[in-house]
Amino acid sequence: MTAAEPAASRYEAVIGIEIHCQLKTVSKMFCGCSTEIDGAAPNSHCCPVCLGLPGVLPTINKKAVEFVIATGFAIEAKVATTTRWDRKNYFYPDLPKGYQISQYQLPLAAEGRLTFDTSDGPFTVCVRRAHLEEDTGRLIHAELDGRRVSLIDFNRSGMPLMEIVTEPDIRTAEQARRYAEELRLLMQTIGASDAEMENGQMRVEANVSIRPRGQEAFGTRVEVKNMNSMRAVERAIAFEIERQTVAVDAGEKIHMETRGWDEARQSTYHMRPKEEENDYRYFPEPDLPPLLTSPEWLAEIKARLPELPSARRRRYRDEQGLSAYDADVLVNDATAAALFEGAVAADPAVPPKLLANWVTGEYMRLAKGGEGSGAAAVDPAELAALVELVVDGSISGTNAKEVFAEHFATGRGVSSIVKARGFEQISDAGALGTAIDTVLAANPAAVADYRAGKAEVLGFLVGQVMKATRGQANAGMVQNALRERLDKAE
Amino acid sequence: MPDFTRLHAHEMSRLLRAGEISSRALTEAHLAAAERQNGALNAWLTIYRADAIAQAGAADARIAEARRAGPAALAALHPLCGVPVALKDLVSVKGGQATAGSKILRGYIAPFDSTVTARLREAGAVILGKTNMDEFAMGSSTEHSAYGPTANPWDLTRVPGGSSGGSAAAVASYHTPLAIGTDTGGSIRQPASMCGIVGLKPTYGRVSRFGIVAFASSLDQIGPLARDARDAALLLHAVAGRDERDATSAPIPVPVELLSLPESDDEAASYLKGLRIALPREYFVEGMEPGVAARIREAVAAMEAAGATVDEVSLPHTDYGLASYYIIAPAEASSNLARYDGVRYGFSDRSSGEFIADYLRTRGGGFGPEVKRRIMLGTYALSAGYYDAYYLKAQKVRTLIKADFDAVWAAGFDAICAPTSPTVAFPLGARTEDPVAMYLSDACTLPINMAGLPGAAIPAGLSEGLPVGLQIVGAPWSELSMLRLARAYEGITARAPWRALEPAELHLTDDPTTPSPVGRRQRTASASAEGSGVQA
Ligand SMILES: [Zn+2]
Repeated sequence: MTAAEPAASRYEAVIGIEIHCQLKTVSKMFCGCSTEIDGAAPNSHCCPVCLGLPGVLPTINKKAVEFVIATGFAIEAKVATTTRWDRKNYFYPDLPKGYQISQYQLPLAAEGRLTFDTSDGPFTVCVRRAHLEEDTGRLIHAELDGRRVSLIDFNRSGMPLMEIVTEPDIRTAEQARRYAEELRLLMQTIGASDAEMENGQMRVEANVSIRPRGQEAFGTRVEVKNMNSMRAVERAIAFEIERQTVAVDAGEKIHMETRGWDEARQSTYHMRPKEEENDYRYFPEPDLPPLLTSPEWLAEIKARLPELPSARRRRYRDEQGLSAYDADVLVNDATAAALFEGAVAADPAVPPKLLANWVTGEYMRLAKGGEGSGAAAVDPAELAALVELVVDGSISGTNAKEVFAEHFATGRGVSSIVKARGFEQISDAGALGTAIDTVLAANPAAVADYRAGKAEVLGFLVGQVMKATRGQANAGMVQNALRERLDKAE
Repeated sequence: MPDFTRLHAHEMSRLLRAGEISSRALTEAHLAAAERQNGALNAWLTIYRADAIAQAGAADARIAEARRAGPAALAALHPLCGVPVALKDLVSVKGGQATAGSKILRGYIAPFDSTVTARLREAGAVILGKTNMDEFAMGSSTEHSAYGPTANPWDLTRVPGGSSGGSAAAVASYHTPLAIGTDTGGSIRQPASMCGIVGLKPTYGRVSRFGIVAFASSLDQIGPLARDARDAALLLHAVAGRDERDATSAPIPVPVELLSLPESDDEAASYLKGLRIALPREYFVEGMEPGVAARIREAVAAMEAAGATVDEVSLPHTDYGLASYYIIAPAEASSNLARYDGVRYGFSDRSSGEFIADYLRTRGGGFGPEVKRRIMLGTYALSAGYYDAYYLKAQKVRTLIKADFDAVWAAGFDAICAPTSPTVAFPLGARTEDPVAMYLSDACTLPINMAGLPGAAIPAGLSEGLPVGLQIVGAPWSELSMLRLARAYEGITARAPWRALEPAELHLTDDPTTPSPVGRRQRTASASAEGSGVQA
């Protein structure tokens, strides 16, 4: 290889992703404290258990276990029949017991996989494991009475977390982002987590290394943290691959380290070295007996699984004839998908593809416009009724958009808007005939042109009729009627 | 007026219901004894005088109310309503200290009740205060308390055993008829044995550990110390049973028969007829005092004479018990004690201004030498590369020890009888410089914890003027049978002269000039502390 070759063809990146998702349970992982900690006063959501006071014992939140099992099924993983809890021991002020209850030897789910689309086509990542653990508190560095102090908020202590670790299967920054996006979608679909990265409900960490193409051995890996959006995931990893490539090309050694993503500078920076693996002295948690997952329980969880994104995409495409793009847009937006599904259910006679066009088009445009409460006011049955009016020619497409906008803003029924606005198309031959007579009489030149063989003049005449009826005429009917009149009189 | 402190809990219970005494009077008498004699004994770390009197008043009101309501209401009261009880100072009592005998928990006030505390309150028992103990229950003499050692009322120059030495000494000294202790390797049974009282370590999972400062989670159990089997049964009944807050507590019903062990000695003794007792040869260990071995063999012979059949059995893995215990218990302790970092409660040294350094100072200054020794031992045993060789191997040995006992039950035995401690109470300071000698005190008790079985110590006479305890080990969940056996043995020895004896030096504790064990230890410590690296 030569330096003249582009780096991308000389080196291959090897990426593994670790994701922590805060699970959407009512209470914390091992105590009864509420999980509604967003915006709560510091240390207002704590109890002796999540503060690690002497003598307290953990009790398992069954719902959290079910979420991980459900995730396991969703990623086609092996779900454990017996799972165990382990203690991960280390000292830190935000870790009140001096150990974190986690799962080490027997995770709830192992050996799964997740397939998603990328710009290069479908890609599958193998998931090594998904397990349950408790979150730590949060250290806040502040200045108090002129002194620099560290404060601890234990509200987050004991929040249920699912950790999902991939094999080092990922090769590009885009794949990494797409994996994280697809997992986020999966979490939201299952209802296991809101998985909003911005508020820490989903934390993505990447282990990135590069190696010369063709080499089997892995390079030295660098851990990248603090990526607070999907875009940041892609950019941080891309930056890190580039940084390592430049360093290796310059003959530098890559050091084991943890680097953080600096959003403002769009670069990663050194946080701390990682000379050796920490010795966490894992051992089985003696305060919790092993958890047996009965076949009945597992079957129940599996049966409760909603339709997963991949299956839904397939259904939209293969059964309802949606384009791959529309299917993907809908699957990625739960409210839009619900609107679509509701409209299809409300009137199975309306072609789903047309409904999808309205949802991905008008609806999403308005929803994105931030008209706030509007999105909630949209009634799937009203949308179906509106599209039906368009299909049978009772209302023009342009007017239908206006009707929809009003329904979006006010929730008012489609038929009453149509009536109020006088948008009912003139499909009555008599009424139409009068308008046509007027237009033909006013445009003798055009009539002559048409009869002389200039068929394209018909469009002009249709326009004139539409204008005369203030858009309420059915354009198709107008065209037919015009043609009939002009041809007959010949 | 009779001396209320000499009454058994079951006698108090009867008199309270009959309206012949008040809980208030009982409580006052016990508080007075404890306050008067604690200087010489150092059995108590805290006495809750005001709270105890308030609880006694409430109990009297409950009893009076029940008496008015009729026999059914009276029967619905727990027998311990109005009866005093002491708690080892690792049991959380809302609003009270729980030092676990450690400097590192000095000043910590528990903001919640342990399940044991809550159940005692529900029963209406009167909590007198908190008793001394080896720091974090690590020790066999109560000398490893940051608050000074406790003396044995049989000989004030000797230890009461440990780690529940304060509880045992308080019960033996009639400061309370009942006390709660914890037992991780013998910490209820060995001090009960050395103080001449009854102590029961229930089956692992029988009593909730919620709110009990943990030493080794897979071995810790909470149990009663009392002056006879019937009282121990009452206290066990009050605190036992499944607790949703302790996932390791078992959903096994607590037998109501614990409340009605036979009153008559003859009726009690009849339980021995046809009972099959196993005598494990490995428990008559090397270094056992001949007087101890003699008392145990005599006790078993007396049971045989009363109709039991006794056979020698072998528990071949007994020898590995101590070594494997001293891997597992410290390993769990090293993790359980990690929370004591000075960040949230208790002793805290923040002089360095940097958190890692403050951790080191807090833990260095807050823990005593025995606790540090075990944290280091446990940390080492769990370290990467050593885990399989130590912790995992020890867990395998534990399975083998359990299997030894299973074979005994499978062979049809009802109980195992053995010594509790190889020796009678030893002099204060005799083993503090030799950890292994101290560990050997528990050689006969810790295999029972490893197997998770119930074990009791009951008085079986004296050797050289000091109490010897017979250990009874039962199959899982057989506490009722064990206590029936203990009660039977009381029945056949009811007229033995040693039964009438009170602790030989208890009377000295009434003398305010008798030195406290703290003072005694300080004198020995100052003579030997020089050059001893681990001495606090
Ligand atoms: Zn909590």
